[in-house]
Amino acid sequence: MSPLSTLTPRVKTLKINGLDVSASEGEKILDVARQNGIQIPTLCQLDGLTSVGACRLCLVEVKGTPKLLPACVTSVEEGMEVTTTSERLVKYRQMILELLFSERNHICSVCVSNGHCDLQGMAQAHGMTHVRFPYLYPQQGVDASHRRYVMDHNRCILCARCVRVCDEIEGAHTWDIQGRGGDAFVITDFNQPWGESQTCTSCGKCVQVCPTGALSEKGKSVAEMTKKREFVPYLTLMREEL
Amino acid sequence: MTPEELQEQAEKRRAEQKDTPHQIRVCVAAGCISTQSDQVKEALVKGLSPELQKTCQVNGVGCMGLCKEGPLVSVDDTLYKAVSAADAPELINSLSQTPVQRLLCDSKAPFFSRQKKIVLENSGKINPEVIEDYIAADGYVALHKALAEMTPLQVNEQVTISGLRGRGGAGFPTGLKWSTVAKGAAGQKYVICNADEGDPGAFMDRSVLESDPHRVLEGMAIAGYAVGANQGYIYIRAEYPLAIQRLKLAIRQAERLELLGKNIFGTTFSFHVELRIGAGAFVCGEETALIASIEGKRGTPRPRPPFPAESGLWGRPTLINNVETFANIAPILRNGGSWFAGIGTEKSKGTKVFALAGKITNTGLIEIPMGITLREIIFDIGGGIPDGRKFKAVQTGGPSGGCIPEQYLDMPIDYESLAKAGSIMGSGGMIVMDDTSCMVDVAKFFMEFCMTESCGKCVPCRVGTVQLHGLLCRITDGTATMDDLSQLEELCDMVRSTSLCGLGQTAPNPVVSTLRYFKEEYLAHIQEKRCLAGVCKITVPHAAGVSR
Ligand SMILES: Cc1cc2nc3c(=O)[nH]c(=O)nc-3n(C[C@H](O)[C@H](O)[C@H](O)COP(=O)(O)O)c2cc1C
Ligand code: SF4
Ligand code: SF4
Ligand code: FES
Repeated sequence: MSPLSTLTPRVKTLKINGLDVSASEGEKILDVARQNGIQIPTLCQLDGLTSVGACRLCLVEVKGTPKLLPACVTSVEEGMEVTTTSERLVKYRQMILELLFSERNHICSVCVSNGHCDLQGMAQAHGMTHVRFPYLYPQQGVDASHRRYVMDHNRCILCARCVRVCDEIEGAHTWDIQGRGGDAFVITDFNQPWGESQTCTSCGKCVQVCPTGALSEKGKSVAEMTKKREFVPYLTLMREEL
Repeated sequence: MTPEELQEQAEKRRAEQKDTPHQIRVCVAAGCISTQSDQVKEALVKGLSPELQKTCQVNGVGCMGLCKEGPLVSVDDTLYKAVSAADAPELINSLSQTPVQRLLCDSKAPFFSRQKKIVLENSGKINPEVIEDYIAADGYVALHKALAEMTPLQVNEQVTISGLRGRGGAGFPTGLKWSTVAKGAAGQKYVICNADEGDPGAFMDRSVLESDPHRVLEGMAIAGYAVGANQGYIYIRAEYPLAIQRLKLAIRQAERLELLGKNIFGTTFSFHVELRIGAGAFVCGEETALIASIEGKRGTPRPRPPFPAESGLWGRPTLINNVETFANIAPILRNGGSWFAGIGTEKSKGTKVFALAGKITNTGLIEIPMGITLREIIFDIGGGIPDGRKFKAVQTGGPSGGCIPEQYLDMPIDYESLAKAGSIMGSGGMIVMDDTSCMVDVAKFFMEFCMTESCGKCVPCRVGTVQLHGLLCRITDGTATMDDLSQLEELCDMVRSTSLCGLGQTAPNPVVSTLRYFKEEYLAHIQEKRCLAGVCKITVPHAAGVSR
């Protein structure tokens, strides 16, 4: 490899939904699609945080691969032919949303984030009008021990955005996930009440990135909780430049 | 240790064994220990008169395979089954007299004669706690051969020629994996032995580790040389205390003789092995979750690529293979890759170890050449179905596998045919079912396993398995409708296609395969409110033909 080729990122050309697009090496399908005005649905992904490929909403079809690939973590390759919507993908995305709604209590009418919720928005965008699966509704608690914020486990979709923002941006690593499968839930420190956390700096970043009403500010009533997520890419950008 | 010293050790031990004309071997692997074989061994040791002690040795050895009939004891060439401590005097007497008829186990029976042992060749013969025994059985000869006579490239070549495929489940070509890691970024690399063995009912890897731990260590060291790694990890679950204890001992012994550690055989190659004890989660057998667990993180998988061969443990190129895969390496190097390639079928070479369980006469551990038929395994080696009942299906591949019905009994066992029949080779669990098994209930059992073992990271597997299990429960308790059946089919397809890792991607397999071959049983539960095998307790008032 010549010195030059290691310095300049290689340019790749590929097709997304039949559209010819270019990208630099290492870029993810999701980002390239967005740059070209093609929207791929996401829930666990948030600009500025590492992508984990967990919600599976961003799955796309790539010609020549029988597997569906998560656009948020799959790097572009030369000559790739990507399809972001197909009957099959639409059906799976709808089912994923239905599964999420069946898992815990997402009754929008009484949620602080009603109207400002990514999950709700996603369901609307996908024409989800009802849930065919039985509601599981495990008994999950509400942790209101923090001075400023509330955590309602019943609305958590386990996207781990709070875990990542607290670890990767704030550097506190207050949040984590305990348990497995359907019994998994987010915890603060060693599963102590949030209000007693020794590590939490009360910065509120987790609240702002949470896609649902699981994390909210105290004193907000139904439909009041709007979130500001733009600060994450801004912070990461500023840090990189330092 | 020099090769001459290794030779010397081997000959000394062989001479010792020749000097004692009588050998009593007691299986002290977990299966027989659970039936108090340790007490049998103690009684035999105590029972030897000072006179006999000079001519007879009592040794603990690894698994002899027919676990159901344990404790197994061999006295010279005679095999005995179901021995108890009280039988010790009689067995000792038999040294000079006729065998004890009442305890005889026919070692000429097809169970023994139809097997072909490569991985298990030392199992039941050598004492797993004595490194000299392994050395006397040509142990560490292959490692010496690799280091002294071959380049890493040549080692990779032999493994590639052998056609060996990973025994951990997916059957990926081992040679290809090794050369990928060998070609990975220069610098620190790692070798990991996957001894997690999470499949319910599987005990192949545990048995290999308990019976012949050095063979796995030798395979790992050869792999380290071939890919350029100086550090190995064995990831083993805490539920395997005996295997852990024997591995620890084996590592210490090998280090003492400088067969592991710094400058092995006086060469520049160094290789260290450490154990990592897992808490026992099925998903931690998945390679990226396993790596996270070794790194001290929560054991959840991450999307691949990048594959561990490129970016694994601490971001370094990492070779990860199964226990049985490593156990095949020493004989391949000793006898050459083409020797191995001469065994088995065109695309599936060598042998495979299976754990035979369920409704079969001879439950236990077997090793068979690839390509023999299911019928030979079940009826010849396995001794058929007990109590005069009828064979119904065999489940292979554990929770990621499927059920194979009678019409495939004459199918040769290899990766491709099993896949064609809707199942997989998997790690080697084989559960035989007769006509008293309800196939919906079987599917429900495996779904419950996947549901509780899902790590919870991705939505389709975390919630999908719970909903699938719920649907199966409704079918088995007689409350399901035909709508539920189509929802079951749709959900299987979705969970399989969208889950992040192999656990979720394969969790629907037992349902899909039973639906493929035993749909009438599903329909009977739903439409006639009847379990054909009489297993499921259907409590709804009998309402034949009613279904919405
Ligand atoms: C959920 C899950 C569990 C697994 N469990 C094991 C296991 O217990 N032992 C094992 O060797 N491989 C297991 N595997 C396969 C490994 O991820 C990996 O493919 C294997 O260790 C590679 O070794 P091989 O090429 O020698 O087969 C598992 C895979 C999945 C998806
Ligand atoms: S609390 Fe919010 S951000 Fe955290 S995992 Fe749950 S839904 Fe995601
Ligand atoms: S498929 Fe299941 S086990 Fe695998 S990542 Fe998803 S939730 Fe975890
Ligand atoms: S955004 Fe890609 S999996 Fe969630």
